[in-house]
Formats: sequence, structure tokens, C-alpha cells
Amino acid sequence: MPVEELDPSHYPATRAAKVAEHFINTRYGSPFAWFGSSGVKKAGLEDMGVLGTKYHIEFTLKEMTRNVKSSVILYDMGLCSAEVLFHRADERKPPQVQCTCSGAFQVNTSAEEEDLYQRLRNATSLLSGNSVGHIDPEMAPFWHLGGVASSFIMLRESNESTLLNMAHIDNFTQMTKDAQLMFQYDILLHDMVSQEILKWKLLLSWSPDGGVKVLEAEWDPKCRSCERAHLTVTTGIAAEQEMKGDNNNV
Amino acid sequence: MKWCHVRDVLDFNRHRGFFIDGAGDGVKFSMFSSAGRALLLLLLLLLDCAADRSTERNYEYTKYHPMPEISAWMQQMVEENPGLVSSEVYGTTYERRDIMFLKIGVDQDGVQKKAIWMDCGIHAREWIAPAFCQWFVKEMLLRYKTDKKVGEMLNNLDFYVTPVLNVDGYMYTWINESTRLWRKSRSSPPESCSCPGVDLNRNFYANWGMIGVSRNCCDNTYCGAKALSEPEARAVTEFVGNRSGEILCYLTIHSAGQLLLMPYGHPQIWAPNYDELMRVGQAAVRAMGSVHGMEYRVGTSPDLLYPNSGSSRDWARLIGIPFSYTFELRDKGQFGHKLPEDQIQPACEEAFEGARVIITYVHDKAFHNRTDIGAAGMAAALWTSMLASCLTTMLLV
Repeated sequence: MPVEELDPSHYPATRAAKVAEHFINTRYGSPFAWFGSSGVKKAGLEDMGVLGTKYHIEFTLKEMTRNVKSSVILYDMGLCSAEVLFHRADERKPPQVQCTCSGAFQVNTSAEEEDLYQRLRNATSLLSGNSVGHIDPEMAPFWHLGGVASSFIMLRESNESTLLNMAHIDNFTQMTKDAQLMFQYDILLHDMVSQEILKWKLLLSWSPDGGVKVLEAEWDPKCRSCERAHLTVTTGIAAEQEMKGDNNNV
Repeated sequence: MKWCHVRDVLDFNRHRGFFIDGAGDGVKFSMFSSAGRALLLLLLLLLDCAADRSTERNYEYTKYHPMPEISAWMQQMVEENPGLVSSEVYGTTYERRDIMFLKIGVDQDGVQKKAIWMDCGIHAREWIAPAFCQWFVKEMLLRYKTDKKVGEMLNNLDFYVTPVLNVDGYMYTWINESTRLWRKSRSSPPESCSCPGVDLNRNFYANWGMIGVSRNCCDNTYCGAKALSEPEARAVTEFVGNRSGEILCYLTIHSAGQLLLMPYGHPQIWAPNYDELMRVGQAAVRAMGSVHGMEYRVGTSPDLLYPNSGSSRDWARLIGIPFSYTFELRDKGQFGHKLPEDQIQPACEEAFEGARVIITYVHDKAFHNRTDIGAAGMAAALWTSMLASCLTTMLLV
């Protein structure tokens, strides 16, 4: 199929880059690695007919946790190339992403991850936190973890008419000290296109070896009578299977 | 800069316990010869000017302020800058609060001058916007005497600056964490629906209700039961509408996304001066990027973000105001509307440079018939602002 060149500063390219950003976080995110897209360099659109629309994009990747001196400078991780396929037949089907990033992008955070993991496993009590008032810098890894976990939901909920970012973490609670640490998060997502705030409850697990996994996700609609066709409420095994199914295609 | 009045010097030093008029303890003025008294007075004047108590220097511009503090700041700006700053209430919100602007410009004996309009905080949760309006006022006042161009612009133009347009919404976002991300006004819902508030930036009489809106009152882009259903939108429409002949430029400040949006929000409608708006906009985003390296993009809303209708920017252009832009300030999703306070200064610094490019162009086009935006022009602007900062810093020491 011919690839039609797109203006990289226009919204079709930026929305596709946002999806790729979420994909990268689901694969490589951790309490010490949280990625953002910044600036699309090149973009193309390929009409895949019945299959849907495929975006070919090149964008700069930033890492958002290792701000050195201030919260202003994001750590440049180089260029990524991605193919983002939005399904035409079923808009509820999450987009399919393939992505490769330039060499330096996989940061070695194993030391910090192992250190945090051991501290949590050996702690006498379970951790929790909320966002009221000042956020202790020591708690930052948990905010990053929430951001990375949000990407699982945002990847799944994205389509050509959304631009999703995590807006806010209300609170988190550590649920277990098992090998797979489990946390419950109350988070708010923001969709730039509809300007809506979407409230989600997540149950996630994390370990340095297993990475981040979202086990359960529940959307809390603010208006019980409002219908939102593109959002689903899923729990437990069904959610995990859905997400596993996506992974096989990429 | 403000004039240091002798009376203020005497009052200030009296409060310090240093009496000059001979009453009470302390140095007796009468002890000095007339030359000595003159010298002493001059010394006190210089000391007082150095220990500047003016609000424009001492207010915390790098913190977010609740509405009462912003209102108090506005009052102080007027009191401390007679002949340069005045204020006016030009409308009332749904919850019966005043909507007020500061009018910045040298008073030319009440003559109606050409003007530039800036409003901030039309969307309640976009806190960096009101912070920028306050920053903008501060910068213009500080540069009035030190920056030749700013001085010229304040002589020739008036700047109408509304720090918070959606006062009800802004105050609502200050209640607690659960209200922090409110966007709309706080008006009561229509009969058939149950959620309060209207998206003020979909409520203006500009292709109202056509695209990029929701008819569901619970949604964040609800455009209202009809155009100008909201008193906040009516207030702007009435004031600006009555002065559309004098107003050269309409700037409305939002967050987030790091964008400079031009008219129109409808994908099939183009402004007649699209090329000029784009040229000036590109110079503005270049200037913004040059401050801290942050990427800003310029274009129409349907190109960069999404189609929409009923926006204040579109309405301003439609009634003939030639330059109309929406600023979407930091960031691009890391913190979104909850931009940390340590980013207020850099965000405002880069926004100021962008706004300055636009207002300088608009001013020079109107008063010097000049429409070039050369690199030289930008370099000169940057140099003047650096010089102004150096001088201001020296004076503060």
C-alpha cells in the first residue's frame, strides 16, 4: 500500500506517537523508567483497507524520571520508529504497535529496581500514599509506576480520536509483599480530544524480573447514565487475556 | 519601576523608628544644615528605592495563588501605579462574582487608545494561565522604564489583561483534590440534564455548536443550551465587541500542549490573513523555543489538535480583530494541567517572549507601518530584555 506523507506537527501524527509511547511503557517501563514522546520527525499514513489505518512514525523519546536538576529537562533517549495500526472494523480493538528505538534507549535500572524491590519485600508494613499536599521525593518511584501502569490502559483505550495522558494519581496501596508485589492505584487519565477526565482503578504487579503488569482495571464513570461506547469495564482474567492477545500480534 | 515619593520615604523611615521630623527619639532633622538635609534626604530616597516594597517586585509570581490573593494583587497594582494601571469590573459570573481586568498603559488624558486584549483562566484547571497573566503584567511594568520598545508600546497602546476570566471555576478548583481538574463554568444544568457547568470556550458566537462540541451537559466540551448562555462569555463579548475597532490583537491563554493556535476551529474555514498569522506565529514559537529549548507548534486547531467551534479566539477574529491566538502553555503530558510550581518561571518566561513577538509586530504594523520580522528584530528584542533583566537585578541588590 502506498504511504501518504503526513505533516509531523499535525494531530494524526502526534496521536499515533502517543500510542507508541504507551506501548513502550508497557514493554520497558518501571518505577525508574517512564517514557514520553516528544516531537514527531516524520510521519506517513498507509490505508490498510479492511484492516484499518497504519501510521509510520519517527519520533524522539524522552525519559521522564531522571530529571537531573529541575523538572524542566527531560532525558533524551534518541529516535524511535513505530508502526501503529488502528483497526477499522472494531474501534474497540486496541491499536497494534511495532516499535524499535535507537541503541541508547534501554536504560540500565536494575540496581535501583533491585534495591527498591528488596526494601519492599523486607519491610514490616505495606506501603501506601496519596497525592494530598507535597509528594515526598522518596515516593517518586511509585508515581512513575502508576504512570507506567496507566499506559497499559491508555494503550488499550486509544484510537485515532483520542490523545491520552495520565493526569493524576489519587492514591496507591500496596496489597502484598509476595514475589510479585501487588499495588492498587486510583488514577485519573486525561483525554485531550474530549477534554474528559477518566477515573480508573488498577490492580498491578511489579518485580524487577517480571516487569509491570496490570491485572485488573475498572473504569468509574462519573455519570451512571452516560454511555461511553469506546470504554469498557473489565476485571480479572478477562483483562489479562485481552492484553496477552494484543501482545501476540506485535 | 516606580517613582519613590518623598512622603513614602518619610513614612517608611518613621515606621522603622528613624524619625526625621524632629519628634520622638532619633536623629533630629533640624540638627543638619540645609545642604546636609538635602543630602540626607537624597540618601534616604536612594536607600528606599533600593529596598523596593512595590508589589510588582515582591509578590510571589512563582507560586499559584487563590482568587482572593489575585484580587488583592490587582488592587495593589492599581494603587502603586497611578497613571499606568487601572482596573474595571466588566462582568459578573454565574455565582455573582466580579470579572475584572487590569488596564495597563500610559493614561493619555482619557483618550481612547488602540489596545491589546489578553485573558487567562477561561478553563478553571489551567492554573499556569492566570499565573502567566500576572507574570505578564509584572514584566510590562518592570520594563516600562528600561525597555524602549515596551515603553513605546505602553504609550501608544492599552493592554487589557484579565488574570482570571472563569472566576467561579477557578475558585472551585481550589477546594480540594477532587475539584482540582474542573474545566467549565459553574452554572446550573438545564432541566433535562444533571451536571453543572459549560465549556466557556465553546460558548461564544462563532459557528456555535457546529463541531468539536458535546450537547451533553455532563461533558467537558458542553457548549451550553445556546450561544452566550454564560455570563462570562457575554462579559467578554460585550466589552471587546464594543471596542472591536480599537482592539488590534486578542490573546487567550490556556494550558496544556505547547501550542499556538490560530483561527479558525472549523476545518473548512480559513482566516483571510492566514499567511500573516502563520508568519507571526512561527516567529513567536521560535522565540518561545529559544528561551528554554521547549518545542511549541503553531497552526490552526483542526490541524494541530482537534476541530472546535464557539471559541473566543474564533469569535474575536470573526468580528474583525486581525490577530487572534490561543496560547497553550506547558506541558505535553508529563504533568498536564497540574504543572509544578518550579516550572512557573520558565513557562512564563518563554510565553512572555512569544507574546512579545506578537504584540510588537501588531504595534509596529499599526504605528510604524512595519511588517518585517527579521532575525535582527528578534535579536534586538532578546538583547533589550537581557539588559532589562540585568538592570532590574542590579537595582534589587
